[in-house]
Parts: sequence; C-alpha cells; structure tokens
Amino acid sequence: MKRHFDDDLRLLKNEILKLAALAEEAIRKSIEALKFQERGLAQEVIDNDKRIDELELTIEEAALELLACRQPVAIDLRFITTGMKITAELERIADLAENIAQRAQELSDAPLLKPLVDIPKLADVARKMVKGAIDAFVNHDEGLARNIILCDNEADTLRNSVYDELIHDYMVKDGNTAPRAVPLLLVARHLERICDHAGYIAADVIYMVKAKVVKHHPERLKEEA
Amino acid sequence: MESTKQFSNLLKKFNNSKTEQTENKGAKVTGKVIIRVKDVNFYYGNTLALKNVNLDIYQNKVTAVIGPSGCGKSTLIRLFNRMNELIPKTRLEGLIQLGQINIYDPASDVVDIRRRVGMVFQKPNPFPKSIFENVAFGLKVNGIKDKKYLSEKVEKSLKDSALWNEVKNRLNDNALQLSGGQQQRLCIARTLAVEPEVVLFDEPCSALDPTSTAKIEELILELKKSYTIVIVTHNMQQAARIADFTAFFMLGELIEYDNTHKIYTNPANKLTEDYITGRFG
Repeated sequence: MKRHFDDDLRLLKNEILKLAALAEEAIRKSIEALKFQERGLAQEVIDNDKRIDELELTIEEAALELLACRQPVAIDLRFITTGMKITAELERIADLAENIAQRAQELSDAPLLKPLVDIPKLADVARKMVKGAIDAFVNHDEGLARNIILCDNEADTLRNSVYDELIHDYMVKDGNTAPRAVPLLLVARHLERICDHAGYIAADVIYMVKAKVVKHHPERLKEEA
Repeated sequence: MESTKQFSNLLKKFNNSKTEQTENKGAKVTGKVIIRVKDVNFYYGNTLALKNVNLDIYQNKVTAVIGPSGCGKSTLIRLFNRMNELIPKTRLEGLIQLGQINIYDPASDVVDIRRRVGMVFQKPNPFPKSIFENVAFGLKVNGIKDKKYLSEKVEKSLKDSALWNEVKNRLNDNALQLSGGQQQRLCIARTLAVEPEVVLFDEPCSALDPTSTAKIEELILELKKSYTIVIVTHNMQQAARIADFTAFFMLGELIEYDNTHKIYTNPANKLTEDYITGRFG
C-alpha cells in the first residue's frame, strides 16, 4: 500500500542530501581557498554558511513535524531520528569548513610556509568519509558505514604527521614561523574533526539500518564484523 | 513521566531478574508467569481462529495484543476467562493455565475464573442502575450483604479506578448520567470490586476522547502495581506507551512477542514492521 508518509520521508531525505552536498562543497572550496590562497573563495564559504544553518533549521522543523504528526515507529522512527542527528553533524562539518576558510584568509597575504602535502591528503580523506557516510545513509548500506568508521584511523595518522612536521621541522627550529604554522595546525585539526563527525554519521547509519548502537563502542564493530 | 519511570524500572528488573525465563517466538522475556497459553488452537465452527498459539502472560505487567481486525486478538483474551464458551459451536485445543489451574478443566469453577480474570469492554456498558449499585453488583452476586463492607469496597474500587473524586457526592445517581470516559472508569471499578488477579481490556479507549483515553492509560499504569493487565488495542502508540510486552497477531497466528520497546523500535519480523508502520495491505 502506498503511504503519503513515504513521500514526506523522501522529501526529508532530499533536504538532508542537499545539506550534505553543501557541506561537501564547503570542505572542497575551503581547501582550495587555502591551497591557492584565494581570499574571495574563502569568503564565499563563510557567507554560504548562513544558508547551511537555515537549511539545518528547516530540516529539523520538518522532522519534528513528522514525529508529532505521524508518530512513527520501527524503521520510520529510526530513519527520522537518524536524519535529525545527521543534520546536526553536517551543520557542524560545514562550520568546520568555515573555520578552515577563516584560516585560509589568515594565510592568504603571505606565501605559505611550505607546499601542502598531507593537508590535501587529509582533506581527501575527510571528503571521502563525508561522502561515504551520506551514501551509506541513502542506500541503507551498513557495510559502507563500517568502512567509513574505520577510515578515521587514517585521518588521525595524517593529522599527527602534519602536527609533527609543523612543530618539529618549523616551530621548534624557528619560532618566527609560528604565525604561519599555527593556522595550518588548526586546519589539520578541523579536518580531523570533520572526519570524526563523518564517523558519527556512519555510526548513526548503522543504528538506522540495524538498530545497533556502535557510537562510543568501537569494540561492537569488531564483534559484529 | 510514569512511562519513563516504568521503562527504567523495567530495565532494572530485567537486569536483576532471576525469575522464570521462557522463550516466546524467539524473544527472551522474564517475569512470573500468571497465564500460560500452550499449543492452543481455537475454532468458531470449522473456522480456525487461533493457530498453535504459545504465549505467557506475566504478573504485574501490561501485555498489549495488537494486529489487524480479525487476527484473533479478542478471541485470545476472551479465552482467558472462558468468555468464548458463551458463543455456540466453538472449540478449543491445547492448554490455558491460570497459575496452576487449567482454565478449561471441567472441574474448574467458571464463576471463580471469571472473578479472577475480569474484563473491561470496548464500549462502556454500565448497568442502568446507580453508580453505587454498578460497583457493588459483583459483590452482591457473590452473596455479600454487609452494607458497611459493600460501602468500603465500592469506595476503594472507585478510588482505584480514579473516579471517586468525581462521583463521591452522587453515588445514587444513575450511572448512565456519567460521561463516556467516566462510564468506562466505572466499568473498571466494577471489575476491580471483586478483586481479580488479571484484568482484560478489549479496546477500552476506542470510544473515548483523548483526555479520557489519557486517564485510562494512566490508570492502567497504576493498576499494574496490583493487577496483571492484558489489553487489546488498535492504537499503536497506546501499546507503545503503556505495555511492557507486545504480542503481534495475524490471521490467528502469533507472529512476534517481545518487549514493547523492541517491537516498536526494531521488530524482528518483517510482518510486524509492516503492520506497525502502516505499510500493510
């Protein structure tokens, strides 16, 4: 039997996908702005964050309305509550991309301290994780969600490598490099946090698909694998 | 608040429970069994209305029975006090126990079974008598004449059914003057007066407005401290709010029986999920 409720759920999913696309774009543009020292592009990311915030509120309101009017249960309930959580994570991801854009602006007036190697790699991991987590949400793909969570180790390793290089090869040797090194340290930190949020989305997806809580319980991932 | 408390208490009890544990449709539920349904088939004439049903009802818990119309929900609970015997050409196979008693043992006292297992129906059905006489009816039928005892019992039953404050000054009024919600609570008081162990509710709120429904739900949560409750309902959210356990029936078969929380967040059976999410048909 066709349910009108399914149309509502589809609309909700589409709005979440729009938000995900905007968040992914914010990451991509903020890293480009950093790499190519494009102040204008960074400003675009910062300005666009308001739109993302508004979309977050719209999705939240729609989800609350569905909860109140439809009183969903089982998979419908898990889909809507997961959708709400994912929305909050995506908004946070977009905020972090905005933070990267702000760092890009700070670094746009003087030459970069060094050619960027690990930061673009980390940015690729971040985008891959966000995209993968959202794909897992769309396709109810528990296996993909698991893989996304496991990617977080790669992100941590890359962040540590950025930290080591900037601290030991630059800041320790020459304190004057700090104003240009610290924003890069922060960018690595922002990117690694984006990966964390993508991991939370993936954990929420596993809950949605299997009703199993793996968030804060990485050992359960191994048990189930 | 009550249901949150109920839920956390339930969790605590589950974690600490050392009581009897049985398997019902693969789900582990625990507690003291008060009614046991074993290998039950039930026929209306040649029509098989319940097929090989196995189910335990737990003491001081609320068990909800859900399922589409004609799935055997009401038939099941009417078996618990032999109400189905009033319908001609019905036949039961299998065993239904109340405590240690076989409910359908010819030697069992059907009047006593119906006292121990009370029933509240879909439509409030007070007798065209005074409020007092409605509640005292069962006691009088059982031969109790002591006026003081009757008064005390009526007051207690009306208090237990959360109706006392609304009717204490008009006990001699005709019960039919009460509102629908009040009439239903009166029927609950009438059932409680004879001190049953189990109270069966057959869609008790389907004819009531949301306020009266909320009162009955609160009442059921209170009553389970002293009684075992079995409720047939078409209202999914009602079952989710008040029941500790939920049994889903379809075409006379028990499809799934589990903790209500499990049924409404992650049912094991696709049929259950399709039914509770309204994808059925």
